[in-house]
This record gives sequence, structure tokens and C-alpha cells, in this order.
Amino acid sequence: MAAYKPVVVQACPKLGERITQDTLYWRGYKTPVQIKEFGAVNKIDFSPVPPYNYAVTASSRIHIYGRYSQEPIKTFSRFRDAAYCATYREDGRLLAAGSEEGSVRLFDISGKAPLRQFEGHAKPVHVVGFLSDKYRIFSGGDDYSSNLWDIPSSTEIVSYSEHTDYVRCGCASKVNADVFITGSYDHTVKLFDARTKSSVMTIEHGHPVESVLLFPSGGLLVSAGGRYVKVWDVLKGGQLLVSLKNHHKTVTCLCLNSSGQRLLSGSLDRHVKIYSTTSYKVVHSFNYATSILSLALSPEDETIVVGMTNGVLNVKHRKPEEKNEKSQKKRQPAYRTYVKGRSYMPKQEDFCVSKPVKRVLRKYDKLLRSFQSSKALDAVLEPPIMLHTPEVTVAVMQELHRRGTLRSALAGRDEKQVNLLLTFVARRVIEPRFTPVLVTVADMITDIYQPVVGQSAVVDKQFLKLKEAIGKEIDYQEELLEVLGMMDTLFATFTKKRDTCLEENKSNGLTEIIETNRNY
Amino acid sequence: RWGNAGFPPCRYLLCASGDFVKVYSVNTEETLRLMGGHADLVTGIQLNPHNHMQLYSASLDGTIKLWDFMDGIPIKTFTVGSKLLALYAPASAEDSVFVVIPKKGERDTFQLVSVKLTKGAGQDLEAKELSVVLDGVGASVKHIAFGRGGAYVVSVKGVNLQVYFFKRKLLNRFSLSTVKKKGGDNHFSCVVCHPTEDCIATGHADGKIRLWRNFHHKKEYTYSTLHWHHDVVMDLAFSMEGTRLLSGGVESVLVQWHNESSCQKDFLPRLGSPIEYISMSSDGALCCTLHTDNRITIINSNLRFSRSIQGLIKSRDVKTGLVVDPRTKALVLNGEPGHLQFYSLQSDQQLFSLDIVQRQYIHQAGLKQSDLVKVAFSAQGTWLATVEESEEVTDPELQLKLWFYHEETQSFRLNTRINTPHDNHITDMCFRDMDELGDDSLILVTTGRDCVFKVWGMIEDTDPEAQQSMSWSCDFVGSYHNYQATNCCFSEDGSLLAVSFEETVTVWDSLTWDLKCTFCHPPGNIRNICFGRLTCSKYLIGATDYGFLCCWNLLTCALEWSAHLNVVVLQPDPLSEHIAAVSWLSKESSLFVFKPNEPRPIYIQRNLCKEKILLAAFVPRDEPEMISSEKYLWLRKSQLFFLTDTQELMTLSTKSLEERLTPSSKQLAVEESLPVTPFSVLLGKHRRQQAQEDIDLGKPVVHNKQEQASPAVKELLHTPAHVLPSASFLCTIFINSLLISKENKSAEEVADEVEMESEKAEDDSDEENVTEMEQEDTSHVELLGETTCKLSKSQEKELRKIRKTDYSWISAF
Repeated sequence: MAAYKPVVVQACPKLGERITQDTLYWRGYKTPVQIKEFGAVNKIDFSPVPPYNYAVTASSRIHIYGRYSQEPIKTFSRFRDAAYCATYREDGRLLAAGSEEGSVRLFDISGKAPLRQFEGHAKPVHVVGFLSDKYRIFSGGDDYSSNLWDIPSSTEIVSYSEHTDYVRCGCASKVNADVFITGSYDHTVKLFDARTKSSVMTIEHGHPVESVLLFPSGGLLVSAGGRYVKVWDVLKGGQLLVSLKNHHKTVTCLCLNSSGQRLLSGSLDRHVKIYSTTSYKVVHSFNYATSILSLALSPEDETIVVGMTNGVLNVKHRKPEEKNEKSQKKRQPAYRTYVKGRSYMPKQEDFCVSKPVKRVLRKYDKLLRSFQSSKALDAVLEPPIMLHTPEVTVAVMQELHRRGTLRSALAGRDEKQVNLLLTFVARRVIEPRFTPVLVTVADMITDIYQPVVGQSAVVDKQFLKLKEAIGKEIDYQEELLEVLGMMDTLFATFTKKRDTCLEENKSNGLTEIIETNRNY
Repeated sequence: RWGNAGFPPCRYLLCASGDFVKVYSVNTEETLRLMGGHADLVTGIQLNPHNHMQLYSASLDGTIKLWDFMDGIPIKTFTVGSKLLALYAPASAEDSVFVVIPKKGERDTFQLVSVKLTKGAGQDLEAKELSVVLDGVGASVKHIAFGRGGAYVVSVKGVNLQVYFFKRKLLNRFSLSTVKKKGGDNHFSCVVCHPTEDCIATGHADGKIRLWRNFHHKKEYTYSTLHWHHDVVMDLAFSMEGTRLLSGGVESVLVQWHNESSCQKDFLPRLGSPIEYISMSSDGALCCTLHTDNRITIINSNLRFSRSIQGLIKSRDVKTGLVVDPRTKALVLNGEPGHLQFYSLQSDQQLFSLDIVQRQYIHQAGLKQSDLVKVAFSAQGTWLATVEESEEVTDPELQLKLWFYHEETQSFRLNTRINTPHDNHITDMCFRDMDELGDDSLILVTTGRDCVFKVWGMIEDTDPEAQQSMSWSCDFVGSYHNYQATNCCFSEDGSLLAVSFEETVTVWDSLTWDLKCTFCHPPGNIRNICFGRLTCSKYLIGATDYGFLCCWNLLTCALEWSAHLNVVVLQPDPLSEHIAAVSWLSKESSLFVFKPNEPRPIYIQRNLCKEKILLAAFVPRDEPEMISSEKYLWLRKSQLFFLTDTQELMTLSTKSLEERLTPSSKQLAVEESLPVTPFSVLLGKHRRQQAQEDIDLGKPVVHNKQEQASPAVKELLHTPAHVLPSASFLCTIFINSLLISKENKSAEEVADEVEMESEKAEDDSDEENVTEMEQEDTSHVELLGETTCKLSKSQEKELRKIRKTDYSWISAF
């Protein structure tokens, strides 16, 4: 004796984006907060210590924002012209910034006036940064030079003039206090060691380098320039590991997440792409309103801040973790009820009698099992099923048709139910996977309710809608056929015809269209 | 083939099946005994009401036999003379039973007669004392019932019910209106009587059950109606106390009605297939239902499914053809609706049943339900492709499913389901058989009536997080002049694909999917195509509608030879270059086996059987058999099985005529015919053992004789003492049987006689395939013994030579 077999619902593979762990994680941000700055935001830097304030460099000011504040909690505005690249020191107490006039300034977070001012660059300084020993600063300027400064004595330690174009980006190694890299518009990334007089390594990126990044381990180097993001293995002497081309405009900024598992890149094409650092595949991407210039991610990925060319700062905070309060309210059975008898290990001579598995049937299955056709149809016409899982509704309709009881299930309904049915049919009949079944259903409905047409305005309206939907679909299919015909002629002229007549329909479209057309 | 069933004291289940009565154990579902002796279909069995260890059986051969079913021996045989269609043995009748026989002189009219069973001394008795009780009764067992204590008999036919009271000699007739209103149909389908009250329950064609009371009066009778079934009530049964009534029908639901009221009823649904018979055990603890697909279900009194006895499922229509599973060497064909059954020929049992359609089967006439139509296995048996379609003619609902063999669970798992692979019916399907290249090269080709053939290939899912890494998708769609594609076939090395489009065979390169060449042999559409194998792989064989068998050479692209032969089945042997062709001409099927490289067949079997052979399959043997005869050399590596349109499965036996003609061998037929019933399963086993014995017996004569004699001794030792003749009578037989036969011819004869009797059953079932000549030979040899054996051999050889020249290939056209 066989058990009842539930109705087979034809699952359709979901088109479009697949939901992964990453998409769920990166979608877990609240709606962004927009803050208007005075000019294009060229740098955002998070303080490495709590409460994780961040410094935003835009135009001639450096604003420091608190985590949730919309107004800056502090402003450094003593710049005559544009300020660049305000960067925190590791302890979060000092801030260094370059400027248009060629000086590098060092601020105390609590003070207002600069503590030190390093003069030596002849042209604007676009990049500054602290070495990991905290007492030295590196900088790169439009005069093609990269300099190293000593903070206590405020003097220049060394100046490298190896680049042949503007130096626009740089990064210090976290592992070695003497090592830093700079990227330049001369298409190269150079690695400097403060103990030597010249660069240690030169990497040819191939495009003007906009941003560089070192992995926390110091072994891998990421450079961005042009449309490319390239990853290099420093320890192997600057060998190219992978080249990513996922943006269609220049990539302007790079950023690692706190765990180092994901790499983020922002670009002028208004996208932020997130890559996995193991497979270097794009796992998620964000869309923004305008071109992105700078990007930063707070520790623990709590906040994503993106600066754009039009001076808008876009701040996204992570949603707080939802706690399941409902389950806490429910009184759980005592622990011993779960472990009761579970710990018993059956001996060899024991007969094991397994508990019969109780099968849970859906409501429509229960009704179908007892041959209640109308009720089963009612069950699947309920809004949650009808709206969210139309394939279930259609599968039950098909099953009823197979049993030969669809007509009787459709008949004898009142205005409201017919309206509901017709709404569903009119909306879904054009979906190719539902078409064969719903055409029969539509046929039957028109047959059954033909005598009462004109009695209800609502139903009449739905009939008209159905007619309109079908008419549209036919027009659409005709157009498609025309296009297909044109393409066939094109293909025919391209491919050499042999004398044997050989037809090859690479697209399944043709057969499908013919089938749909025949139905009307 | 099931007949009737009865429960003696609840431990045995008796069942009439074909020419036999089978005894099952209720507890273990085993077949305990097979009682054969009737020459024709057993139509009715009844327990002897006066002795519950005895059983009456009636057969179409006109005899009633009384059996001791505990030991499986016949006690008495009563010869009635005319065909017996049903048997009743009510307790009230002292020494007579009731049978239904056809009325003399009139066709399709039957009468119920009582037969007086004379108490003679011998085993075979004549029972000529017939007295007609009722005229114009139905031919089925279910149309007559005996009332409480045998006081009256009820018969139904059409819309008429007649009750005959034995004591008062009164016949009451009642009839219902023949008018069908509101879908009602008053025709009677079955009748039973209440065991303790005067009440008759009748089942009707529209699913109603009527309970008749007060039928002693012609006018004042009453009836009440119970209605649940939507189609014919196939059978009814009252419980022993009469409080419960069981009914069953096409819905395959057993309904239990309490106290004859329609409000109280219990159901046992989804019994698998329509119920034909219901039978209650004598103590009321068990009940059993017989189903249309060779199955008995045993059900507890509280309506719980207890166990079932399952035979080889005989499906209505074997659409899938005979396919051999390469993994288990099992024969695969349609089973239950929507299922595929794997039937092991070696062990003669059903291995398992695979649910393909996975939908609830609604037992209702006239529904168009989807069923399995095509099956194909990959060469290793790792992939299985199935096609299912609903029976609608114009717009079939098609599904192509691909199953992967899962090693851990040892069963097939659904991998890919393709909806509407073709726009019209799929006509053929095949895998590219490439053993050595593994799964990568595996492709599937389907041909459809929508004028295209499609090539399906495997694609690997690159996403590591996906649940399954393989799936199937369409690679290529090909067509030829918009003709319907009918057959497809891959060459042995998989480099060429042959697809037949109506009259034309097209050959395609399987790498680039270019059309290589076309072959045509008008008039007539191509019916079958296949490539030659091994040394003959350069040949392509095709059979056309208009009776031509053509062989094309693929190297020269020309017709090599053709023959005029109406080929129905064309089946290549996968392990050799032989090809079997079965032709159907003027009411007989003939078998031709040939190699493609020579137009002369190497084996011809004319008049294979009277039925049309629909399907054939070569089943590879586990190990090549040693065959001495050159004639059967082609059967060395695999065995050929046929399925006829009457659903009989047949095979060719390979033993040479000499071997089969040894005196001890009673295996007569050139072909062994196995009807597809559980019986055949048993019978086959039995026969195989017999054959095995025969081989063992081979040479030493003395040993041979001992073996021959042994049945007599066996008979002597196994028959219960109370049915044995006197010891003095047996003595001579016993002693003779121990003697060495050369010195004593009479002993041999006696032994033969005994043996003949015991083996009669097998002879009977071997049926029509025996040619007269062979039978003559056998008897001849038997009578004359050893000395003439040599002569007969030479005669046989001569005869065969003559036969060969007579029926040569050339003479066929």
C-alpha cells in the first residue's frame, strides 16, 4: 500500500542574482545617511581606536565625524587651499595631511593648530601616511618625489625622486617600520625601504596608479589604476597574481574589510565591488549616485563611508543584530526531555524499532487526497500562495485538470472569487512556464461564466484585462518572430551553405513561440 | 491469471492461478505448494465444507478434483464432461457440488447445475449425474451466491436477480429498470449472501451496493442502497458474523460497511491497483484482496495492511520495450503505472520498482494519466533516461528525466528533469555507448515527431556551492527536410549517429554534427535501424515498412544487400556481431539471425510462435556458455528473450537436439515458453532444475536409471499413508524401481509412467511450440530405449539437413 504522493510543484530555477552568504552580509546595512561636504571628498580615514571617528578630507577642510553624528565634531580648516589625505596615526591621536601649497601638516586630535609643518615639497602633496613605528611620516607630491619625515625633529630624513610623474597614492607596511610604497601616474608602484637610498622594487601597473594597498601580512600588494585592480605578490619579487577588470571606469580607491577576507574597490563608474580575497571573484557590489573618489570601512565593518565627486558623503551603518525574542518567550521543555533515551546505545541483540516519520502535507494536498477539488483550488487561491508562489497554484490547477475535475472546481463561484481567479490568470498567463495550464483555465472560465457576462462590472473588467494581456503577448511574439526571421537571414548569409539542407536552431526560442501562438 | 482464493484455518492461502492451485503461507508469504493436474484454466476452488483439509477445484477441462492441500496430492478426480466455469460447494449439499456449465446447443448461455459426486473407490471417477438448478446465469463466479445455510441460491445477470429456494422449489425473479438516468447503471456486477440472515448484497455497474430483504415475497421485497464507489463494484464479501460488508472496485480502495448502514464506513485506500476479488478467512481474522496486476494483499480484520504477495507485474502495455540494465543484467520494463520494474531473469524475481512519474495515480477510467514510454541506460548503467508522457494525442505533456545511479543508496536518483523536450511524441532515444571514455563523452539523443532530433549533453556546474555538479542540457538540434524523426542509433565507437527520417536514414558525425550521408530504400518508412558491431561495424542495417531488410556499407555508401522480409523487431547482440530479426508473416513469427557482412542468415527458426512478437532483447550471460551445436553458436554470449503481444516472455534454449532427446529428458520444446505470471517464475525454476538434472545425468547409464526410478520411490515415501494403495500392490513397483533397467524393461516402463504423471504439468504448459516430429521422436526413443537412440540421432541429423535445405534463406523470397 503506497502512501499519498503530494503534488509535484515544478520548481523554476531563480534567474538573476543568487543569494549567498555575502549578499546577505553586505545587504545588512541601513539606508545611507548623506552628508554634504564643500568639495570632492578625496580621503576618508577611520581612527583605529574606539569610538572610531573618521576624518574626511574635502576641499580646504578636514572634518572629523563621530560614529552616528551628522555634524562634524571637529574641523581643521587652517588650509589656504585644498587639503589632501588626512590620515590617522595608529594610536588615533595624531593626524597628518598634505596640502595644495606643498606642506605636510601634523595635527593633534584635541588641538586646532598644526603641531608640525613639514616643508620640502615644491608641488601639492597628495599622499601622506605614518610608518608603523609612529615617529616617521612619508609623503608623495606632484613634484614626483617621495619624502620621509621625522616627527620629533620635523626634518626630512630622505627624499626619493624616482617617479617620473605625480605621486598620488601610498601605503606603509604594518609589518616592517621601514617599508612603504607609493603609486604614481607614471604607471609604476615603487617599494621603498627607509634604510636604503633607492627604491627596492618597482612594479609596472600599466595604467596611472590611483590607489595602492598592502595586505596586513605585507606579502600581497594591491594596486588600482585605469579599469584594473591588480594583485601582486611582493615576496615573489612583484609577480602579478591576478588582474581584475570588473569596473568600466577608472578605479579610484581600494579598501580591505576588517577580517581581510574581502577587498573593496570604488570607481568612477559609481560602483563599489567587493571581491573575495581567496577566489578574487566579485561577491557583491554596491551602487551609488555619482562617481566615487574615496571609500573607507570601519573596524568590524560597522560603517561604510563613501566620498563622491560632488562632495556628498554617503554613510551606511550596519543594522543591529535581530534578537529572537519570540523564542525566548516560549517556555522551553526541560533539557531532560530532549536527552531522554537518546543516550541509550542499542546492543547487538536489540531490535531497533524506528519511530514512524510523520509526513506533513500541505493543506491543498490534504484536500486533494480526499478528492475535494473545489476546496483544494480555494486553498491555493489564498493571497499568500497566489502572490508569492504562483507555481503552487498552477501545479494544483494542472493536477485538477489531470484528474478531470478542473471544470467542476472552477464552476459555481461568486463574483469575488471569479474576480480573484481572473486577476491571477490575466497576470500569469503570459509567463511561459504557466501558459499551457492557464490557457486551459482561461478557456474553461470563459466557457463557464459566458452566460453571466455583463452582470458584474468587476468581472467584466477582468475579462477585458485578460484580453488585453493576451493581445499584447501575441503582438510581442509576432515581433519576436520578425526579429528571428531577420536574424536567420543574417546567419544564412554568414554561414556557408552545403548542398545538404541542414537547419540548426541554436535558440529554443522559435519552437517556444510557435507553441505559444498556437494556443490562441 | 488469478482465479479465486480461500483461507483454510488461517494459515494457508489458496489461490487458483492458470492451470494450477497455489498454496501460500499467510505468515511468510512463501509459496508452499503448487498443485498441478488440470489440463486447462482452473476456474474455481472451494474448500470441502465437510473436511477443511480438502479442497475442490474445477477447471475448463471439465474435471473437478478433490485435493489434500496440506500434502498437495489429488485424492479424486471427477470428470464432468463440459467446461466448468464456476464451482460452489455449500455446506448443506451432502454429496454434491454446484457448477456453472455452458448450455448445450446455445452459445453464451450458461446454467447452474448440481453435480452428484459419486463415492467410488478409484481415483478417477465419472460424475454424470447432473441436474439443472438455474438457467441463464452469468458465467462469472461472482454472479451466483448461496444463501444462509444453502437454503436458496441467488443469481444475477444483466439487470435481473433470481432467487431459487431449494425447499419450496420456488423461483423469484426481480428486475431493475434498464434505463440509465443520472449516470446510474443498474447492471449487476456481483452478489453475495448474508451468512446468518436472509439478506442479499448486490454490487452494480454504477458503484451502488443494494441490500435486498424480504425477497420471499414477489412483490413486497425491499432493498436499501449503499453508494460510495464511483465505478463498478468488483466484488463484495460479508464477514463471518455478517456485521461487516467489504467492497472493492477500480478505485483500489477497500471499503468496510458496518451494520449495513451507509453512514458508518471505513476505508483502506491506495491498494495499488483495482481489486478483483475479496475473500474472508473462515475465522474472520484476515481478509485478502486480489488485484489486477498479479498481487494478493492480506489485510487484518481492523483494516490494516498486513502483507502482500507480489508477482511480476503485468502492465497493460509495455511501451518502454525490453531494456537490459547493464549493472544488474535485469530486464527493465513498465511495471505499476508510472513505475519501472527491474526483473531479474537469473533469480526470477523482481529486484525493485522505481517510481518515475512520482504522481498520485488516480484509479479512474478515462483519465489521461502520464505513463512511462521510453527508457534508456548508458553503457555502464550509471545513467538512466526516461520519458513520460500523458496519453493525449495532440498536445502531449512530455517530460524527459535523467537519473544518476547513486552508489551509497544503491538506487537511481533524479538528476535533471526537462519539461517538453520535444513538441510532439518522442519516438526513440539512445545514449552514446562509450565504455572507455567515461562520463565526459556521454550524450543522449532523442528523436521526436516534431521533425527534429536533439542531442543532450552534460554540463558541469562551476559553482562549488551548488548542490549537484552535473546537469543535462540541449547541445544540438538537427532536422532533415522537415521529416519526422523515427529512430536513432549510435555506431559502436560512438563516432557516427544514424537517425532515420521517415524514408531516409541520415548519418551524422557525432563530433561536429555534420550530415555525412543519407541512405534511402523506397518505398516505405524506416522501421528499425542498427549498426553492425565488432567486425561488421562498417555496416548499417535498416528495416522498412514495406518488408525490406537493407544493409548499407558505410565505407562505400552503397547498398550491400537487401532482402524481402517483413521485419518487426531488429535487435543487435551487444556482445557479438549477430543481429536477430523477427518477421511477422501470415500469422506466424519467424526468427532470423544473421551477420551483416553476409546476406545468408546463420540461423532460421520458422514458426517461432503464433502470436506476434513485439519486442526482443539480448541479455548478456554471466559467463559464455559452452555450446556444442554450431547452430546455436550465436547464443554463446547472450540469451535472446521475446515478448509477444499476449504478454508472454519467451526465450530460446541453447541445448542441442541430441541433448534434449535423451530418454530421461522430458523437456520437449525448442523454446521454453514462460507466461509472465508468478507461476512462470516458479515453473521456470522448477524446469531449470530439471534441465540441470538432465545435464548431470548425461552419460552413466546406471546412474541415469536410478535417477529415473527415484520418483517412484519418492512418491511412495511422500504420499500420506491413508491414501496409498495396499502394500502388496506397491511392492512390485518399489522393487522394480530399484533394479537396473537393462535387465528389466517393464520396470523402466513403470517408472516412466510414474514420472510421466508427475511431470505432466510441465508438459502441459510447454504448449504449442513443440513440433509434432519432435514429440514423436521422444516417445519413440522412450519406448525403444538405448539401442535405438543412435539411430534416432542420425535420423535427426538427416531431418535437420533436409529442413535446412528446405527452409533456406533463398526460398524465403
